[in-house]
Amino acid sequence: MPPPILWVSAVTKTYKTGFTALQAIDLAIERGEIFALLGPNGAGKTTLISIICGIVTMTSGQVRVDGHDIGGAYRAARSMIGLVPQEIALDFFTTVWNTVSFSRGLFGKRPNPAYIESLLRDLSLWDKRDSRVIELSGGMKRRVMIAKALSHEPELLFLDEPTAGVDVGLRRDMWALVRRLRDKGVTVILTTHYIDEAEEMADRVGVIDGGRLLLVEKTAKLMRKLGKRRLTLVLQHRMATIPPELAGWPIELEADGQQLVYSFDANAEDTGIPALLRLLGEKGIDFKDLDTSRSSLEDIFVSLVERAA
Amino acid sequence: MSWSSVNAAGIWAIYSTEMARMVRTIWQSVATPVITTALYFVVFGGAIGSRIQQVGGVDYGAFIVPGLIMLSLLTQSISNASIGIYFPKFTKTIFEILSAPLSFGEAVLAYVGAAATKSILLALIILVTATAFVPVHILHPGWMVAFMVLTAVTFSLFGFIIGIWAESFEQLAIIPALVVTPLTFLGGAFYSIDMLPQPWRTINLLNPVVYLVSGFRWSFYGKGDVGVETSLGFTALFMAICLAVLWWIFRTGYRLKS
Repeated sequence: MPPPILWVSAVTKTYKTGFTALQAIDLAIERGEIFALLGPNGAGKTTLISIICGIVTMTSGQVRVDGHDIGGAYRAARSMIGLVPQEIALDFFTTVWNTVSFSRGLFGKRPNPAYIESLLRDLSLWDKRDSRVIELSGGMKRRVMIAKALSHEPELLFLDEPTAGVDVGLRRDMWALVRRLRDKGVTVILTTHYIDEAEEMADRVGVIDGGRLLLVEKTAKLMRKLGKRRLTLVLQHRMATIPPELAGWPIELEADGQQLVYSFDANAEDTGIPALLRLLGEKGIDFKDLDTSRSSLEDIFVSLVERAA
Repeated sequence: MSWSSVNAAGIWAIYSTEMARMVRTIWQSVATPVITTALYFVVFGGAIGSRIQQVGGVDYGAFIVPGLIMLSLLTQSISNASIGIYFPKFTKTIFEILSAPLSFGEAVLAYVGAAATKSILLALIILVTATAFVPVHILHPGWMVAFMVLTAVTFSLFGFIIGIWAESFEQLAIIPALVVTPLTFLGGAFYSIDMLPQPWRTINLLNPVVYLVSGFRWSFYGKGDVGVETSLGFTALFMAICLAVLWWIFRTGYRLKS
């Protein structure tokens, strides 16, 4: 059985100031999956990625990429990794073609103009290949960052906040690109603030906060396990307070008393909805519309982080 | 580590990119030092040289040629190497170098190699320029090239250290401006230390640049302020110190890795 594409064991990072950015992180990522690392600012997401990529030195622990230790076998490990950092960091005075070719060479790959061409075409950069980076728009610069990270055909790609500050079109393009990469067998690890992005794309989600990995779970399973559904009843007449007969139900008044919201577990055998509707009928509480929705990954994330705090 | 595991493509990527920067900034890289050197010849060779005539049996105009070349070689090696590594730090593209399958030694080889190549090319251009003003003959061409390469590599290593240490453009300029340039001007580029009265002659021997200029001048005219072995030894010692500092930077990740 092949080793996981990424294996992280007991990784801790304490800075000289005494600040502990990561505390005994354990994580295994399987080949070909899309993994989303969620966490608030300062949670330790970028520190973890930086350690894996060799930019930051860990205090203790072990990291292997496809079985290669990032310390002892750093060449083999790093040659498999592509990194798109959060900030746009480019040599603004060189051309798109040159900077992408530079990255390929840096990772020890022979020149392959045909591959670079296909990469630039794929990222809608081909027309800009002879333009200097400084002449490009912000979105184009971000595409160049991705092209550079993919220039050496990595098997493990880190996207650190890839869609932060980009327009909707580029965001959708990036989602499509990530899916294409996954189809080609590339493992993608992304950090994001856009929870819907993780929900939409990731096979698994990890939640990190305060340097601790709070959970790692399949996105769908997490949604099933922790996801609540909401039944929203739009009332015929505004209600000032919840009637005493409904006091024992997980019900809240919203929209200035115009809506009654009932939270329930979608996986439970008895959701309680029929009984609730009967009770409302008996009490003469009329409603003109109803809607059900499930809680988003964002709700789950917030509740997890609040629980950890 | 076997030769097959050397990341030659990575070294070449950095080296060729740094050389391309020289072409991109051709006026700044080549023309400015050439014009400055030509002005030195006009001022020191023409105006002052007409009064001094000869130093140690060599026409003054020809006497200052090795010193002028060494002056450019020193300052350009430091400048090229320091900006070479500082620029990716400034633009934050250093992450790419740190995350590449490239050893620290390979990165140093690429940056220092490019900086040294640029300054040697410049030194050769200045040498050719000098021949337009004064007759220059080289007694030991092999030694001249050896001194040129040794000096360029040593001071490129020194510049690389400055580039890693610097956290602003001001810091990048401070050591060349406050230490290197004064030492270079007081290093016998425009005079022989025999021309100085005591105790300045002895004090001048504490200036490491004296040994570089002396050795380089010896390769031209067979005469120097100090013995050629002393010059070589001093340059090699400085190179060893620079390599030791770089080794420490590699071990600690000083100002490169947190």
